[in-house]
Amino acid sequence: VTMKVGTRQVDGVTLVDCSGRITLGEGSVILRDTVRDLLGKGNKKIVLNLADVNYIDSSGIGELVSAFTTTKNQGGELKLLNLTKKVNDLLQITKLYTVFDVKDDEAAAVKSFK
Amino acid sequence: VAAVLTCELGFILIPGKFSIAMTEQRVSYTLDSSLETIDRAEEKATRIATDLGFGEDEVMQISMAVREGAVNAVLHGNAYAQDKKVTLAFEHTASELIITIRDQGSGIDLSKIPNPLAPENLLKTSGRGIFLMRSFMDVVEIRPSKTGTELKLIKHVHGATAGGEEASQ
Repeated sequence: VTMKVGTRQVDGVTLVDCSGRITLGEGSVILRDTVRDLLGKGNKKIVLNLADVNYIDSSGIGELVSAFTTTKNQGGELKLLNLTKKVNDLLQITKLYTVFDVKDDEAAAVKSFK
Repeated sequence: VAAVLTCELGFILIPGKFSIAMTEQRVSYTLDSSLETIDRAEEKATRIATDLGFGEDEVMQISMAVREGAVNAVLHGNAYAQDKKVTLAFEHTASELIITIRDQGSGIDLSKIPNPLAPENLLKTSGRGIFLMRSFMDVVEIRPSKTGTELKLIKHVHGATAGGEEASQ
């Protein structure tokens, strides 16, 4: 398995702990299904904890964008937490760092939702 | 480079401030148009770049660029067609690593590749592969034709460049 996710609830916010690789194929599909499932169940405050994601390819980047826009279009909010240096660098060079709300502290991320 | 001495065992010695010794080698693979090919291409790139002494960051850049090239070949070039193959070749000299990826698709239209950094494209879910390759490699050449696209990725060995301030480890 290239990627694993676990979800937990903290003060009405869903934290999705991701680990592994978000790449074309399984990793992207798991992320997509997880976010769609959460939104379908009415969980619209989502934080993707990427602390243990060490690799993302262009498909994975696209999946993050898709998760962001899908959540936003359904009236929700999706934020990123604890980026590794590699993922941070990728979001910087693709200029997506300015698009995503990126946090480096879980408590602050949870509190940041309205 | 004024003079290159090739030893019997295939080592190349470049006279200059820093001497680089690398085995001149070319390996190529013919691979199916499958997701597995993309992972295999990335793995081979990682191993070869590591063996050649590239630093950790450069290895990651090379492996990512090769992965993106393989994705384009399998998905956009050959469109997963079982009868079409992807050819992946690694060649290295004392001064550079050259990676060639060929597909058997109908060729890519370079004029239709949007700039992924343009504000109107930032939220698109695809179209960043070539941009990432250009970000990570020193040279990216794309040669489309009606019988397929050839992609050439080149990474310089820092120690072999003029002045040689950054000797390869």
